[in-house]
Amino acid sequence: MPLLELDNISKTFPGVCALDGISFDVHSGEVHALLGENGAGKSTLVKVMTGVYARDSDKSNEGEKSTIKFCGQELSVLELASPANVQKLGISTVYQEVNLLPSLSVAQNIFLGREPKKFGLIDWKTVRKNSQILLQRFNLNIDVTRPLADFSVAVQQLIAIARSVDMSAKLLILDEPTASLDTKEVETLFRILSQLKSEGLGIVFITHFLDQVYEISDRITVLRNGRKVGCFKTSDLPRTTLIQHMLGKELQELAQREKPDPLKQGVEDLRDAHLRLKNVSVGSTLTNINLDVPHGQAVGFAGLLGSGRTEVCETIFAITPHQSGTMVYNGKVCKFKNPGQAIAASIALCPENRKSEGIIGELSVRENIILATQVREGWWRSIRKHKQQSLSKQAIQEFGIVTPDAEKPINQLSGGNQQKVVLARWLATQPKLLMLDEPTRGIDIGAHVEITKLIKKVCAEGMTVLVTSSEIEELVAFSDQIVVMREGKQVAELSGNDISEANILAEITNA
Amino acid sequence: MAFRTFNILPNKRYMPLVVTTALFFLLFGIGSIQFEGFGSTRVIANLLTDNAFLMVTAIGMTFVILAGGIDLSVGAVIALTGVICSVLIQHYHWHPLLVFPVVVLLGLIFGAAMGVLIHYYKLQPFIVTLAGMFLARGLATTISEESIAINHKFYSRIAEFGVNLPGNAWVGASTIFVLILLGLAILVAHYTRFGGSIYALGDDAQSAELMGVPIAKTTIGVYAMSSGLAAIAGIVFSFYTFSGYSLAAIGVELDAIAAVVIGGTLLSGGVGYVFGTMIGVMIMGLIQTYISFDGTLNSWWTKIVIGVLLLLFIGLQKFLGSEVLFKRSPS
Repeated sequence: MPLLELDNISKTFPGVCALDGISFDVHSGEVHALLGENGAGKSTLVKVMTGVYARDSDKSNEGEKSTIKFCGQELSVLELASPANVQKLGISTVYQEVNLLPSLSVAQNIFLGREPKKFGLIDWKTVRKNSQILLQRFNLNIDVTRPLADFSVAVQQLIAIARSVDMSAKLLILDEPTASLDTKEVETLFRILSQLKSEGLGIVFITHFLDQVYEISDRITVLRNGRKVGCFKTSDLPRTTLIQHMLGKELQELAQREKPDPLKQGVEDLRDAHLRLKNVSVGSTLTNINLDVPHGQAVGFAGLLGSGRTEVCETIFAITPHQSGTMVYNGKVCKFKNPGQAIAASIALCPENRKSEGIIGELSVRENIILATQVREGWWRSIRKHKQQSLSKQAIQEFGIVTPDAEKPINQLSGGNQQKVVLARWLATQPKLLMLDEPTRGIDIGAHVEITKLIKKVCAEGMTVLVTSSEIEELVAFSDQIVVMREGKQVAELSGNDISEANILAEITNA
Repeated sequence: MAFRTFNILPNKRYMPLVVTTALFFLLFGIGSIQFEGFGSTRVIANLLTDNAFLMVTAIGMTFVILAGGIDLSVGAVIALTGVICSVLIQHYHWHPLLVFPVVVLLGLIFGAAMGVLIHYYKLQPFIVTLAGMFLARGLATTISEESIAINHKFYSRIAEFGVNLPGNAWVGASTIFVLILLGLAILVAHYTRFGGSIYALGDDAQSAELMGVPIAKTTIGVYAMSSGLAAIAGIVFSFYTFSGYSLAAIGVELDAIAAVVIGGTLLSGGVGYVFGTMIGVMIMGLIQTYISFDGTLNSWWTKIVIGVLLLLFIGLQKFLGSEVLFKRSPS
């Protein structure tokens, strides 16, 4: 009998179907890895399991029933109503971001809500002692009375795991617990996980490090675009097949890319490089990135999540300025200190996370479009109303943004249309170098095609475009050059006829 | 008791507390050197007596601010409590010992109702408690526009009760009561799960929820406690003035907030101490005492000094916060 059994779980957010009829189960004494690219629905599924989100209610007319069973008992809506309730059942969770309290002491964080008591009052001596003993299992010898914020993110993450391990009677859910840990810390964690497993705990493990998946997990469930691709025994699933499942491509289905126009290539070679990176490194996140991009070319960055794709864009845009190496832009050595300087140099970045970084939901379509233009002009020079209107009207027509008028708040638009607005905003500044980080995430197929067309169009007009995407098919469709990233390093460059889905996949997989 | 708590709490965190306490002794020292009779137990005892009701209010405010909220209704609740007490005692001839539980219960309900609005309807505490302020003040004025004097044996007997201290000082019932309340508040803050939940909620509500902190219970509890304490402050205030008046205690909510901030509690929540609030109230009282000893200064100077102190403390918090909490440079 499975420890936790989810059946036919769906979750829709306004405009997005995050989970579509997912079934999932974990047994006692098993590590079950939950895999999928960004936006596949892993975190949403975890949040449904842990009571943060309520799953969609059953559509009675379709006769489909969704259930969540724990220890064979079906959980009621009430039992799933809050994380506190679910924790009481014996399910504890470590989330991707450290969800602890920075101002409270380490000991307080570990025992919050379950402090041992003496005479009805909290017994701090025992709290401190038990925290120390617990952390020693993780090879952490720290002063548990200091505030959590005094410690590095890795230590904080270990503390979060320690708290959950100490709490979880039956099931432990780890959502990307190793993202901030180094090799030794991961080893310690895995040693403890194996121990817990042998004690009969069920563990759900989410990560994008495939090595770790093969090291620790017994079974793998792959999600893609809110759907379950399948559940596999780890020992029966070759790595290549796993990645194909995650990215949704079957090698034999891969279409041939249209041959690049040799005439166009010849012209490009004559031009100077527009952007050139030489041995650019940022701490441990990026090492020795080399890039040579002529005017009017599109470069695609491929790789799994966390491979450093996004970081390359953020470095060029000076969100995290490069620490070593040189960046040559427009024939000059540049070292931008902040994104403002990058914008002033006609560079634009459409960030990965549209909701939190790309749009301002309450503002209208028009206001969202003129934002970047306004920044370029300087805030003291207001853009005249009729110019704003003509800019937004033009954008709406050109990009085919579906909206009744330019004054509609942008959060009432669909994902694809929001993305077009973000693109329109940056194009209105007439950038020379445009970077798009996952431009097609979470938008419908129609919008995919339009955005691909748009990239081709602006390249033809001489704009240089850098695109990161998990959609390999898409990268193949418009890229003149492909850079494959893995673990912050550039592992391959493909150009011309070498650009094919098969080749890219091979490079990503080739560990 | 209070100090044993501190070793589980971070050093840097009680910097504001150390600064406040040092400031209190500095002010007291300056006054003692300058004026004869300033440095006496009597001045300290009077500080406690005169500010007893403010202390009670500020304790409640400390919990609200620690939880990341604010309560603007407390001054009005004090006035309303006073009016209800005096009406019930004078017009309806209830015994005060019957009246007190009733008004405290009313206070708790009032606060809990505001907490429900804030938590379940996701309304801003500022607006909800501002509405609460108008409501309570309006109710008080509707019940009676005039000040109602309280003449009851129980009142005079309690008011006469006290302990003589060396140095011609006298500690009254309200002071003793406030000190006991203070001890209880420190226990609640540091030795109960409810206290832990309050700190957690103010530190990061989202994380606290994911860690299983009962957010609804804590939010509602904190506002109920604040209004309940304001009602108690209203009772203490009625012992101080022997009356109930609908226009009493105007602006006390702001004094309480100032005392909390001077006491080293972060306005953003999660960091601070009840003990600091006590020192904050005492500093504000001490400034007033200093000005009355001086005799030449206008009493409004109190407000000016408190204003300057507040700015200093906000600055100190920002400075300390920048070191501890600043994680990523703005882009």
